[in-house]
Amino acid sequence: MAEVNTQRLLETAERLRAEIGTELHDRLSEAIYADAARIAERAVVRAGEERRLSWDILLDRLLTSRAFGFPIMLLLLTATFWITIAGANVPSALLGQLTQVTLYGWLHQAANAVNAPWWLSGLLIDGVYLAMAWVFSVMLPPMAIFFPLFTLLEDFGYLPRVAFNLDRLFKRAGAHGKQSLTMMMGWGCNAAGVVSTRIIDSPRERLIAILTNNFSICNGRWPTLILMGTIFIGATAPPALASFYAAASVVTVAVLGIVFTLLVSAFLSRTWLRGEASHFSLELPPYRPPRILQTLYTSLIDRTLIVLKRAMIMAAPAGAVIWLISNVTIGGTSVAGHLVALLNPIGLLIGLNGVILLAYIVAIPANEIIIPTILMLTLNLARSSLAQQGVMLEMEDGQIYEVLTRHGGWTLLTAVNLMLFSLLHNPCSTTLLTIWQETRSRRWTAVAALLPLTIGFGATLLTATIARLMGWA
Amino acid sequence: MMDDEEMTLNLLPLNSPATVTRLTCQGADRRRMFDLGILPGARIAAVSRSPLGDPTAYRVRGAVIALRREQAEQIFVAPAAPQTVGQERGGAGRDG
Amino acid sequence: MADTNRTIASTETAACGSCTRCSTGPLTRLGVHIGSWDFVIALAGNPNTGKSTLFNALTGLRQHVGNWPGKTVARAEGGLTFNEKRYKLIDLPGTYSLLSASADEEVARDFLLFGRPDVTIVVTDATCLERNLGLVLQVLEITDRVVIALNLMDEARRRGIEVDARSLSRDLGVPVVPTAARRGAGIRELLSAVEEVALGAYPARRRHLRYTDRALETAVRSLIAQIEALFPGLPNAEWVALRLLEGDESILRAVQDGTLGKLAQGGAPAGAAPLEAN
Repeated sequence: MAEVNTQRLLETAERLRAEIGTELHDRLSEAIYADAARIAERAVVRAGEERRLSWDILLDRLLTSRAFGFPIMLLLLTATFWITIAGANVPSALLGQLTQVTLYGWLHQAANAVNAPWWLSGLLIDGVYLAMAWVFSVMLPPMAIFFPLFTLLEDFGYLPRVAFNLDRLFKRAGAHGKQSLTMMMGWGCNAAGVVSTRIIDSPRERLIAILTNNFSICNGRWPTLILMGTIFIGATAPPALASFYAAASVVTVAVLGIVFTLLVSAFLSRTWLRGEASHFSLELPPYRPPRILQTLYTSLIDRTLIVLKRAMIMAAPAGAVIWLISNVTIGGTSVAGHLVALLNPIGLLIGLNGVILLAYIVAIPANEIIIPTILMLTLNLARSSLAQQGVMLEMEDGQIYEVLTRHGGWTLLTAVNLMLFSLLHNPCSTTLLTIWQETRSRRWTAVAALLPLTIGFGATLLTATIARLMGWA
Repeated sequence: MMDDEEMTLNLLPLNSPATVTRLTCQGADRRRMFDLGILPGARIAAVSRSPLGDPTAYRVRGAVIALRREQAEQIFVAPAAPQTVGQERGGAGRDG
Repeated sequence: MADTNRTIASTETAACGSCTRCSTGPLTRLGVHIGSWDFVIALAGNPNTGKSTLFNALTGLRQHVGNWPGKTVARAEGGLTFNEKRYKLIDLPGTYSLLSASADEEVARDFLLFGRPDVTIVVTDATCLERNLGLVLQVLEITDRVVIALNLMDEARRRGIEVDARSLSRDLGVPVVPTAARRGAGIRELLSAVEEVALGAYPARRRHLRYTDRALETAVRSLIAQIEALFPGLPNAEWVALRLLEGDESILRAVQDGTLGKLAQGGAPAGAAPLEAN
């Protein structure tokens, strides 16, 4: 009954539309804007507009100029990471000392004092607590510097200019111009980046943006890159340039992420997601002087602490799992040992190792816990193989380097490939869930998980093979 | 700007004010243009071009809007006399 | 979240929103703890006009605001009390017009048209008023329970742009309140205006569509009759009728797939996602 009436309504509308003429929309819109112009004319007293507009336009000229547009983008990105890396070094070390040596010692003393069974104190202190402590000291300082800096750029109005500069490349890739905005949202969090694709109205282009958002390094992955860049890449440079080398290596991976975004978008728009480019328009808002104190406050409270909280919540069960698989033995070897041995052949083939691959399985819920997981697994395995008692504690950057190279057998190739794999692997479970919610498609969610993983294996295999052929590793 | 002949918006040099005369796009695209205030009679000027040559940012009704060439080609404008000749120099070298 | 329940004394102190010292005055920000409410206020406007900043200033929440259009893609909700009345405030994604196309804009359109807000605050950018008035006029076609926040007044002043709020209010028939949400200026005046409109105390003049075309008027009338018979209780049947006459695809779709029917029953507009309470 309702369907019949609906049909009748639509038919009536169509008949009347033919009678009235097809320009109705134009007529109505033009009437509205004529009204708007008339009312604005009466209400607005303009003076000195040209002067201030020219300031905005001058700045736009510079930030989007043919000669300086891209160099300035790279410079700002590198400067952001340089400040982050240089500034986070000392606080990270201090926090590491505090949480992993001092507090850790006290906790064990307290556990001994109350005669806690070894497995309980092991599970809670060596597992849950240590994982959380590592996440805390590795993540808090760089995030507390990076987020405010990035938010300042965002509040200033720089992001749309980046989109403006990059649009031609996105157009060639068959992607929507606003995809660069969603890509930059992904630099904070991929789940947020996926939700932000709602600003793209064409379903085809929106799907491309969703599937490629994972190539934006998210806040769970920046610390991995920053740490690897600092202790492996930065260490190859003279001390004065170490932070710069480290920052440059992080920027390289981020830019590589943009390259993969474009390549995969181009691939998708020429294969499974073929179609016409849809209408694109992007407003370039006026630059606004960022309010520095407010930005510091809100980005610290809203972004850094929330991200940190999520990471710590994820780290707690992961720490328990790591402790359990490191201490439950089957046939004399720990479960972790078995798993690592199983994954080692594939891991080593692609220039990583079994511990890293196991860490990526444990860290599917959150990328934030990759580094702590790798370190704890490496240490636990080293400890059990050396039949030593007591965990090696001090975890400043230098010691992390020692642990990884001496006990984990890491080389520069391992670090470089970890950075690559950090960029190119499946999205975290939160992001996958968001992708499913936004697409309501199991197939596309599976593609979103498997596509980057495949690329990741391919890319790391390539670099590992080249390194071996060239005799570097 | 020697004449005031109609041209498509993508051909408008930087900093030469013009007036929108008509739009050739239809349906949703046309509506989007209207939403941005781009409709016949609106004054418009190209203010900056992306380093890669496309898109171009236009000032229209007090806002700056970037449009790809495909969109700009569907908008016809009639150039108005430049308000300040001096401003034209800024765009001369980047107009390729 | 203890700090969202703070009280401020005047608009001047709104800028120092992080302290809890000032404890008197009519405005209490409730953050996400709304409870029951007397009135629902929708916050609409073009992208990047400072809606989210205003939302934060009104509710004490700290939804992140960025300087780029499209920052808010889902609607956010918060609450406040003002002069002992409780308000639920809904921050809608920015939209250039009610004739939307993308998913985020549809959220805004559906709520404004069919969500039955008691008052709609349309946030406008005083620095480019003319373009913002397009949406204002479209909203005024569907409701006169509107307050215009003439936002970014500080920026306009810096650019030497002066807007006569009184002239604007006279022309639009609804209250127009100059605000600078970033500094918390004009918040109390805005709420006073909202209160007046919510209580029906403001003598608003509905801007009815003027049909210069007799054939159009007849066509709209006959469609309204059919729409109202088909979807009893649907607000803004006239608006729907006009869109059908225009051949607006998203509305044709909404009629066909039954979305419009659901909206008529007062269900929450589709696509609306609540703000994650931090």
